[in-house]
Amino acid sequence: MSYFAKIFILLIAATIFPIMAMIVPLIIQPRQPNKEKNSQYECGVDTVGRNIIRYRISYFLYAIIFVVFDVETIFLFPWAVKFNDLGLFALVEMFIFAGILAIGLAYAWKKGALTWK
Amino acid sequence: MHTGLLASLAAFITGLIESLLGHGFAAQLIMVLLEIIAIFAVISLAVIIQVYMERRICGFIQDRLGPNRVGPFGLLQTVADMIKLMSKEDIVPEKANRLLWGMTPMLLFIPAALVYAVFPFDEGAIFADIGIGVFFVMAIMSQGVLMFLIGGYASEDKYSFMGAMRAVAQMLSSEIPIAFSILAVVMVTGSLRMSDIVSAQTNVWFVCVQPLAFIIFIIAMLMETNRTPFDLVEGEAEIIAGPFTEYSGMRWALFFLAEYANLLAAAILTVTLFLGGWQGPFLPGIIWFIIKVLIVIFIFMWIRWTFPRTRIDQMMALSWKVLLPLALFNIMATGIGIYIYKWIY
Amino acid sequence: MNNDLNPALFYFLAAVMLLSALAIVYCRNLVYSALFMVVCFLSIAGLYAMISADFLAAVQIMVYAGTIVILIVLCIMITRRTTMERTNMPEKKYILRASVLAGLLFFLLAYIFVNSEVLPTTNNIIALSGDTVSGLADLLLGHYMLAFEIAAVLLLAAMIGAVVLAKGADEK
Repeated sequence: MSYFAKIFILLIAATIFPIMAMIVPLIIQPRQPNKEKNSQYECGVDTVGRNIIRYRISYFLYAIIFVVFDVETIFLFPWAVKFNDLGLFALVEMFIFAGILAIGLAYAWKKGALTWK
Repeated sequence: MHTGLLASLAAFITGLIESLLGHGFAAQLIMVLLEIIAIFAVISLAVIIQVYMERRICGFIQDRLGPNRVGPFGLLQTVADMIKLMSKEDIVPEKANRLLWGMTPMLLFIPAALVYAVFPFDEGAIFADIGIGVFFVMAIMSQGVLMFLIGGYASEDKYSFMGAMRAVAQMLSSEIPIAFSILAVVMVTGSLRMSDIVSAQTNVWFVCVQPLAFIIFIIAMLMETNRTPFDLVEGEAEIIAGPFTEYSGMRWALFFLAEYANLLAAAILTVTLFLGGWQGPFLPGIIWFIIKVLIVIFIFMWIRWTFPRTRIDQMMALSWKVLLPLALFNIMATGIGIYIYKWIY
Repeated sequence: MNNDLNPALFYFLAAVMLLSALAIVYCRNLVYSALFMVVCFLSIAGLYAMISADFLAAVQIMVYAGTIVILIVLCIMITRRTTMERTNMPEKKYILRASVLAGLLFFLLAYIFVNSEVLPTTNNIIALSGDTVSGLADLLLGHYMLAFEIAAVLLLAAMIGAVVLAKGADEK
């Protein structure tokens, strides 16, 4: 059996395990709901409005820079694996690649995108 | 062939099953299911031990006793807590999106359990020794945050939602330093396979070769597992319990199960990547492995109960302005270092 | 993985993928759409794993199911003011133009699939030495070197564009 088939079986088992864990409590737990108990927890005050409140744009900035570096990571991993066999040319190539992205990071830094305001 | 204790045990059980069922798909399947049960048993047991450890260590550091009444030295305290949690009422908040809200704690367990597939517990004792081992761990670990986000949204509670947003911010700052510090290790080993990474450390542990990567990795791992000083997600003095605010009883216990499973995974990853995995003199591999993992978990707990919580801007600044440039520098330095090393020899 | 389960698993994953893709479009709530997107991406990763493209499967999980979906959900949650229900309503206005375009795209793809040499056949498939990752590295840093460096420039452009756009929004 291949490794990925094994991982697929583990995935199914990991889906079932928490459901199994929920069964016993479902049988033995008490059930006495009331309005006060079931209200959203807000330190005893009634909730006003919905939970979606406006958030700062900084999250988006970090997220987009994160995506760029995430993609860079997947390019860097194959390089790192073959690094020992590839020689100087690959090293220089990767330095250019990482250098270009380091410039991007420096730009974002200088523009204040990395500052939480 | 010399193999570890666990691998010999597995071979023995395989032989037993095959003598009953013959070589076939059924025997293989039963073996896989046994291995999965072993993994789940390890996770459950580790959670119980870790909760006990956490409370005792916290008590010791804060100069008090900690749980010591239930069973010898309070050892059964966690078991008692488990039983208590199981018999608790499952309070469903009335405005919550019930489907998503109920699903989240269960989904959170899946990535937490899946990473255990590639951890080498002992020589030859890996559930699936795939060629992309470390990368697989990183890919699966990146899934956890979505559950926090969905849970925080579905609770229809402002504290939960703030916690969810903080979880995203935390993920954004932790994953790149982790990836880059792992990258430095991969450059030295030349393989993503977990067993290769362990066997490359036979002579010298990578903590000696890559000390900077080790420090970056530990700090980023504390962020990834939401532990103090980076426990902004559930900062109880600020946002109640973050995404867990509306959960009670068994669902809350599932959150904790996933959290401590992640802590154990972080410790195992640290041991495997930097501390030589199961390797060590005299004792069998599995014993060394358990000792090292317990020491790393102790260090994580020591850090937790020693440092105060950071603010979110401090955490982001630390990650993007200190850890990331340092990690980039570390990769370049490692590249030049290996090249010079090869050039000399 | 060459056993009898193979086709069954393939059809299962393909069905999950197609159904979740439909669900992305037809869900009225964008959060559900995003969740189905994760399911869709994960089943694609499963298909990749089935054809031994393990690195690609992990990339699919990490970048698409992990990062892109988070980015999308984050953007929705940052920009919406009140409620998430009825955020993904069907748009009737463009249905004709959209279906014409989709049809054209379908025939183009079908034409390529039938006639092309870009798809791996036994003739043009590149024999990978060792595991997929090192084979990928050989190709990336050798044959596709220029594309590789251009990818870096593209990523840089994306980053600068995002910084400029978001800063503009911030200052208003």
